[in-house]
Amino acid sequence: MLAAMAARPTLDLPDPGDVTTLDAAASDTPPAPPAPPEQLAPSRSDAELRAWLHGLPGVDQVGAERRAAMLGTRSIKTTAKAYALDLAISMVDLTTLEGQDTPGKVRALAAKAQRPDPTDRSCPRTAAVCVYGDLVGVAREAVGDSGVQVAAVATAFPSGRASLEVKLADTRDAVAAGADEIDMVIDRGAFLTGRYGLVHEQIMAVKDACRRPDGTSAHLKVILETGELATLDAVRRASVLAIDAGADFIKTSTGKVQPAATLPVTLVMLQAVRDHRERTGVMVGVKPAGGIRTSKDALKHLVMVHEVAGPDWLDPAWFRFGASTLLNDLLMQRMRLRTGRYTGSDDVTLD
Amino acid sequence: MTSTAHPAHQAHATGSAGPATPFAESPFAYAPAPESTAVVDLRDSYGLFVDGTFVAGTGTPFTTINPATEEPLAQVAEASDADVDAAVRAARRAFEQVWGPMPGSERAKYLFRIARIIQERSRELAVLETLDNGKPIRESRDVDVPTVAAHFFYYAGWADKLEHGGHGTTPLGVAAQVIPWNFPLLMLAWKIAPALACGNTVVLKPAETTPLTALLFAEICQQADLPPGVVNIVTGAGATGRALVEHPGVDKVAFTGSTEVGRGIARAVAGTSKRVTLELGGKAANIVFDDAPIDQAVEGIVDGIFFNQGHVCCAGSRLLVQETIAEEVLDRLKRRMETLRVGDPLDKNTDLGAINSAAQLARIRELSEVGDAEGAERWSPACELPERGFWFAPTLFTGVTQAHRIAREEIFGPVLSVLTFRTPAEAIEKANNTPYGLSAGVWSEKGSRILEVAERLRAGVVWANTFNRFDPTSPFGGYQESGYGREGGRHGLAAYLQGGHA
Amino acid sequence: MSEQTTRIDVRKTYKLYVGGAFPRSESARSYEVHGADGGFLANASLASRKDARDAVVAARKAFGGWSTRTAYNRGQVVYRIAEVLEGRRAQFEAELRQAQGVDAAQAAASVDAAVDRLVWYAGWADKLAQVVGNANPVAGPYFNVSVPEPTGVVAAIAPTDPLLGLVSVVAPLIVTGNACVVVASEEHPLPAITLGEVMATSDLPGGVVNVLTGRRAELGPPLASHLDVDGLDLAGVSDPALATELEVLAAENLKRVRRPAPAERPEDLLAEPPLERMTTFVETKTVWHPRGL
Repeated sequence: MLAAMAARPTLDLPDPGDVTTLDAAASDTPPAPPAPPEQLAPSRSDAELRAWLHGLPGVDQVGAERRAAMLGTRSIKTTAKAYALDLAISMVDLTTLEGQDTPGKVRALAAKAQRPDPTDRSCPRTAAVCVYGDLVGVAREAVGDSGVQVAAVATAFPSGRASLEVKLADTRDAVAAGADEIDMVIDRGAFLTGRYGLVHEQIMAVKDACRRPDGTSAHLKVILETGELATLDAVRRASVLAIDAGADFIKTSTGKVQPAATLPVTLVMLQAVRDHRERTGVMVGVKPAGGIRTSKDALKHLVMVHEVAGPDWLDPAWFRFGASTLLNDLLMQRMRLRTGRYTGSDDVTLD
Repeated sequence: MTSTAHPAHQAHATGSAGPATPFAESPFAYAPAPESTAVVDLRDSYGLFVDGTFVAGTGTPFTTINPATEEPLAQVAEASDADVDAAVRAARRAFEQVWGPMPGSERAKYLFRIARIIQERSRELAVLETLDNGKPIRESRDVDVPTVAAHFFYYAGWADKLEHGGHGTTPLGVAAQVIPWNFPLLMLAWKIAPALACGNTVVLKPAETTPLTALLFAEICQQADLPPGVVNIVTGAGATGRALVEHPGVDKVAFTGSTEVGRGIARAVAGTSKRVTLELGGKAANIVFDDAPIDQAVEGIVDGIFFNQGHVCCAGSRLLVQETIAEEVLDRLKRRMETLRVGDPLDKNTDLGAINSAAQLARIRELSEVGDAEGAERWSPACELPERGFWFAPTLFTGVTQAHRIAREEIFGPVLSVLTFRTPAEAIEKANNTPYGLSAGVWSEKGSRILEVAERLRAGVVWANTFNRFDPTSPFGGYQESGYGREGGRHGLAAYLQGGHA
Repeated sequence: MSEQTTRIDVRKTYKLYVGGAFPRSESARSYEVHGADGGFLANASLASRKDARDAVVAARKAFGGWSTRTAYNRGQVVYRIAEVLEGRRAQFEAELRQAQGVDAAQAAASVDAAVDRLVWYAGWADKLAQVVGNANPVAGPYFNVSVPEPTGVVAAIAPTDPLLGLVSVVAPLIVTGNACVVVASEEHPLPAITLGEVMATSDLPGGVVNVLTGRRAELGPPLASHLDVDGLDLAGVSDPALATELEVLAAENLKRVRRPAPAERPEDLLAEPPLERMTTFVETKTVWHPRGL
């Protein structure tokens, strides 16, 4: 906790135990003994974090939406489009998160992730497949050493409403089964009631649970569920909080809550990671998830990545799309660009 | 990094990224995305639009060029004094016999028709505006033309409701209207829509470097079957404008342009009964407090000075930034400016187009050199400018004080002067320390500060936490030497009605 | 019955009213003012260009405070001027009879009209913004409102009518928050200075109204060309050549100019004034702010 806190400005809040009141100074009575630190720590941490997070520059919603809309007018054609479509494909976390998921479904997904377009070997693979924790083993086996990562949602996804114990067990289980990446959810209830310390601690604890016996770690994506945070100010604060707690990626949404990824939300998160790099030199990734279904949407996001965060984020290491149907649209656009013809849904594989 | 590598592993292994890749070296190079010009049917030469038809002018024709390429677009007639006289007479006849007596509800329908035709021909208008003016197609398409249609739509609705507007219902007569080259069609709409709605007829002179959309508008008037003489368009330069303004047959002069010309008009109409509205220059302060929504403020600064190449009378050309965040704002602003795309105005991804004319480019260069000579520090992002045409890179000057000429004079180009302040009172004092008073910006997340600063700024339009927004319902116009009268909104009716003042 | 000697009355020295004080002209000049019967009434100060300059300085200094008073407060002050004028009506009636040769009833009617005009304007102070300002329903997520604000320092050439003429130009200027320099009726300057005494005792801050007596043709040009004057009311200029000259001079810094009424349609001071008397010297300010969560 303390090590992580050092990365950002800390406030010299007086230790409650050191508070000198007029009464205490005037009398010989020794001051009351300080309360046990274990009890003080969370509330002081909340106040400190609140002072910090609420001191961040505000986000004007209208201005942010305008900027996002303006970037949405960029016209990406020909060579730029070919580049962007391939890049977008390589950034997809191909996702299935349904109660009806089966090993068969996950194997099909993994096959698709490795060879999105069976007719074209030059088509890049996706970045990852993203599944529930119990299917990690299946996915791990299916992707093999193809380079496609296995991402698992964890921490009582999507609501996050479980004890920390359960969340950590969920995480450890997925990591042990071979997950490369963990997509956790934050406790939005805690965040919205200002218990920032709790949110921070939980992210750090999950990050710790991502550690493997060999000392390496699964990479942690922290889902903010921006649809529940409601305001862009909250999105910026949650982004900063998650980054500070050690997130490797910040991710918009579970896909189970509307609205999911929107351009203004992604804009604010990209600004947060850009600012973090500016301040610390450390890069953090961004993953919009849910609601990005068309190539046009994906290209708008890439334009935003490019012009807001900067060229370094144009890389699956630093930007992902959490999506399922998006991939086929990207593939259809890719075929059309190569052949000059419009394609139909039968020209891409449906799994 | 290519998409077929194993980026996730590599990146995760490093965690930290080293120095940022410069934007100019990005692998994501947007391919050209030019808007087609096929939609525009340019004629070799254009006459004057008088009494509902195109007629040959008797002055010396001149050529209008594409400022992005310096290639000629068309020959345009110059209206002589006699041509201007004919146009004013046509307008007078139309006022007395047709348009003045016509019920407002019928006038309204003509204006609605015009608004609809503008929407129908929007792409054509946008492309032509970009060709003749040099502004990015993104702006002519997304700002100019839609706002033009909206303006006609708005004032159409007023035509039969004037008795509720507070300025009476009696039109003035013939309006002489002289407009600038920075928003050729939009300024035409700001002038013609309220004038016609109130029952006046008009003779309008577009700027000599940007006459083409006004002439296309004349065709739109024909398509709308607008009665002859209600709208007359005379092309030419200063002499034509002077003949129009000084013509004894006009009842009203409306001018948008430089303060210098505005002064001349104010003198010319002295002692007459002509009513005048003037929308002139500006040197707007854009004040950024340290509690501003910083990313949106940076966007607002960019919108404020680089919109339309800075050819905007209300441009936020003086950035006043609180010293506590000056460095951070400048860093962010510079990074943002590096992403500005300068070049072919017809390319849909262009942010900054061409400077409108060689003369304006010379003016921008001259004042920028004054800034250098005065010791201000000039900065521009790396950007390649096309070889032909008139271009100026987005530029900012730091180390500027109120005493610098670049902080006092209107440059009318993509050049931002950056000044700093320590307290709100200092910001307000510096912002108001100008003979102009057209617009101002203020950025802060604190509501009470916004309201107090907005109240104390001596400017006709105050944009708080936004900049360069325009709407037909919103009055626009200046204090002090930025002119008088308002365009837009209910207030805009005052300029064209007998009972209207202020 | 004893013989009584006639008491010699104490005459008033008529000076200027500038910055809340009553200075003599810096030029130390004066001019003779005669009554309607041709008899000598008093020597009025013959203000100079420098007096005009000083008056503008005083007005500019007063403008900041006056323009930021609440509208309610300005209305109260203008109403207070009406109250004090009413209380001193006998003096004004006497001055008007001497100056204009009107009878008692006419003089009383003039004072009535002046008082009533002040009361009428006092009521406008906190209503003008509601009548000429409005919200604008822009097509976007923005709060947008237009409000009138005072233009600044306005110079006015008062009409010949000594009291009602002066009140008719001064009241609309100050109730809207402007500060002014007014050139009193050249022919009948004395009631203007007496009105200055009324204003000086009516809670009106010094400098908000400055009254100069003297020649229109001498004081007009320095005021019309002064770059720290924002507006010019030519109500009392009946000479078209002078009006044109002043309007030309005013163009230098684009002053808002209120032209004199044409000779064939002179202004009826007794009629309810048009709003234009106020609105010519207000600026519409429009403020935008985004609406978002």
